[in-house]
Amino acid sequence: MKHALTLLVTALSLPVGTQADTTVYQHAHVVTANGLSQTDASVVITDGRVRAIGNTVQIPAGAHVVDLQGHWITPALFGGVGALGVIEISGEHDTNDGSLNLGSVRPEFDPALAFNPDSEPVEIARVEGVGFALLASHPDGHIDGGNVIAGVADIVTLDGATPQAPTALVVELGHGGAALAGENRAAAFLVLTDAFEEARHPPRPGEPRRLTDAGRATLNQVLAGKLPVLFNVDRASDIRAVLRFAAAQKIRAIIGGGAEAWRVARELAAAKVPVIIDPLEALPADFDRLATTLENGARLERAGVTVAFSLRSDSPHEARKLRQGAGNAVAHGMSWNKAFAAITTVPASIFAAGPAFGGIAVGEKANLVVWTADPLEVTSLVEAAWLNGESRSLATRQTALRDRYLDKLRHGAAR
Amino acid sequence: MTANRVLGSRLTVLVAASFVSLLAHAAPSDPYPSTYAAATAAPVLIHGATVLTGTGERLEDTDILLKDGVIAAIGPHLAAPEGATLVDARGRTVTPGIIDIHSHLGVYPSPAVSSLSDGNEATAPVTANVWAEHSIWPNDPGFERAVEGGVTSLEILPGSANLIGGRGVVVKNVPAVTYQAMKFPGAPHGLKMACGENPKRVYGGHNQAPSTRMGNVAGYRAQWIEAKDYLRDQADYEAKIRAGGKEAQDAKPPKRDLRLETLAGALKGDIRVQIHCYRADEMATMIDMSKEFGFHISAFHHATEAYKIANRLAENGICAAMWADWWGFKMESFDGIQENIALVDAAPNGCAIVHSDSEEGIQRLNQEAAKALARGRAMGLDIPAERAVGWITLNPAKALGIADRTGSLELGKMADVVVWNRDPFSSYALTEQVYIDGALQFDRAHPHTTPRSDFLLGQPALRGEAP
Repeated sequence: MKHALTLLVTALSLPVGTQADTTVYQHAHVVTANGLSQTDASVVITDGRVRAIGNTVQIPAGAHVVDLQGHWITPALFGGVGALGVIEISGEHDTNDGSLNLGSVRPEFDPALAFNPDSEPVEIARVEGVGFALLASHPDGHIDGGNVIAGVADIVTLDGATPQAPTALVVELGHGGAALAGENRAAAFLVLTDAFEEARHPPRPGEPRRLTDAGRATLNQVLAGKLPVLFNVDRASDIRAVLRFAAAQKIRAIIGGGAEAWRVARELAAAKVPVIIDPLEALPADFDRLATTLENGARLERAGVTVAFSLRSDSPHEARKLRQGAGNAVAHGMSWNKAFAAITTVPASIFAAGPAFGGIAVGEKANLVVWTADPLEVTSLVEAAWLNGESRSLATRQTALRDRYLDKLRHGAAR
Repeated sequence: MTANRVLGSRLTVLVAASFVSLLAHAAPSDPYPSTYAAATAAPVLIHGATVLTGTGERLEDTDILLKDGVIAAIGPHLAAPEGATLVDARGRTVTPGIIDIHSHLGVYPSPAVSSLSDGNEATAPVTANVWAEHSIWPNDPGFERAVEGGVTSLEILPGSANLIGGRGVVVKNVPAVTYQAMKFPGAPHGLKMACGENPKRVYGGHNQAPSTRMGNVAGYRAQWIEAKDYLRDQADYEAKIRAGGKEAQDAKPPKRDLRLETLAGALKGDIRVQIHCYRADEMATMIDMSKEFGFHISAFHHATEAYKIANRLAENGICAAMWADWWGFKMESFDGIQENIALVDAAPNGCAIVHSDSEEGIQRLNQEAAKALARGRAMGLDIPAERAVGWITLNPAKALGIADRTGSLELGKMADVVVWNRDPFSSYALTEQVYIDGALQFDRAHPHTTPRSDFLLGQPALRGEAP
């Protein structure tokens, strides 16, 4: 088998870092928000901001014009909920800040202080079209002592910026919560109820307390409706318990995991509680997930539940795989628009990522990706990635390794 | 030397070795024999498909006849035998059944409860005496998800905690009460070895050897020395028996040893050596070791750095079984790149395999191959789909020693066949029908109304009302 061992330049030739004053992409399939598309459209970016989108746009004099010949432009994608930016190598303890073993209840714990924008997984995710993710720590189920409340979570953007402010509180329930609360999933609600009670009624001096002042302040943000709570929970009965708890406490709930959410779909729709599911999940991985099905997304969509996607693994190295999951959800009955929204508009909205993420909006900083074709298709590749108004280099340590060894192979010297 | 030639010579060795073991007192070749019996089925005529044969060919508008469990005919406008089921596959793609060379289904099943966690006998760094098949839970629902993804055969291996983890087994992906009823008839066993971080972490953590990579290598070598001695003692004994007379009367057979039986089987070539190994330099060490002791490495598994030594692997007739995009979960996987598979394939006589090592990945190996294909093409390699399909069919069959029976759509081979609703190299591709030995094992148009697994049968949670 003969191969032409020549390296194609797949990246579009754009100045990197400092953008041309105006870039115009013509003849593109443009997805703006909520999966809605325009065909044969143009996108005009001036000084890093999207100035126009449409079939008929004015092309400013001196603009750098790129004919995309039907290739796609979409918003930068969501990388899922997890540890992107706080784990370099999962198995190397010193490079891994993805989990938390605090023995006390610390709702104010914020993983953002560990976020490293120069992390290799961040760069790899960025060149694969990921623009933002939810950073949440994973409570270590092997350590007793009350990390049922796992701390806050932050939207991180992959443009080098420092995370702004927490956008959710994370709570671990089901068998994971049980491991953190005296080996009993019901006791996890005890921990939660006590904590919210203490936040509502701060102890007087000398009275016993479980929370710090900062912890109570965080929970009061939840009680004031400013922060939603991401409940990691899978079993249908546990999801129902969360819905009752959230209604009683008058807090905004988001279900994370949600393997059996389809069985509770009507109740979730009625309560307007969004669900973040793993679209590749198909097996009863544990007794909380016996009813796991690849049709979870499709069934939730039919019931009118708001759906976002995240891979179950919190490995930051797999953030680039989430779009494949969305494609599989479509293969198993979800609409393309809702599946695409589940990795763009929906997570940007429920975690308040701001108007520049989740869609392409005129007037906002460009956070968009040029693809060879439909990004939910595994064979589609990134041709350009704009973040915070800049076209980013697609060169990484991995492409450097590729180029080095492709050259050796060409000379029969990969040995 | 090509992979084919190596595999061919292995077959000869295998036949010779079996003959010797019959002569000697040694254990029966398989005391836990396959009871697999192909389901009986009427002939099936698949009509009008695009066929990717697995051998590098692409046939348009082609018919395939499955009869008596084998591929009976391939060509245009075949006549349907009496009683044949007709499958209209116009606009569809047909491929050989997918083969996953690296799975832990059944030994690390779903649900992942501790009671069923039987994949690593992590109590000693060398457990060549254990057989993965004795851990398989045939009720793992992972098997039925895998057949829905087109997987017709798979090798189930022990985990990678140990330097030498034990024997792996090749099974056909059919519903069964016992693993014997899944066991691929006549397929050689595998020997699972592991390089690098896992063994040294597991045992070093217990302040026990090995705690370093040099400890790993010393550990393997000591085992091969013993295995060579074992073979020599056996040969001495056999020579005495052959000599007859008093010498034969006084001859004592060497004590049976399950560990050494397995290692000796690998040295003789009737057990296929499958090595978990990520780093290029460690693979090179293992290749030298195979020459030191005289065994052949069938494939390096995971092999995230295979691309760095693609020529060397090909020259030694060694396949690399890889993921499309896993990387960075540990230091030895930090140099993983998405072009790995395509680069291994591009070396002259390279043997690239896409494997899963995952109950999720095994459900969509076609998509994993698609990712590798796309990366290879973007790099400028001319890789037709009919070549890439070999990464998940014929190449794993070769590395498992079953390529004479399955892995491609060729006359007389097992009728392990997948009908896809479209080009399988796509996120949107789904299997429509999956045949194993000519019997329909999955039909998306008529999905089983009850789960195949006894475990899921009648579970209240599954009775949820879909909106």
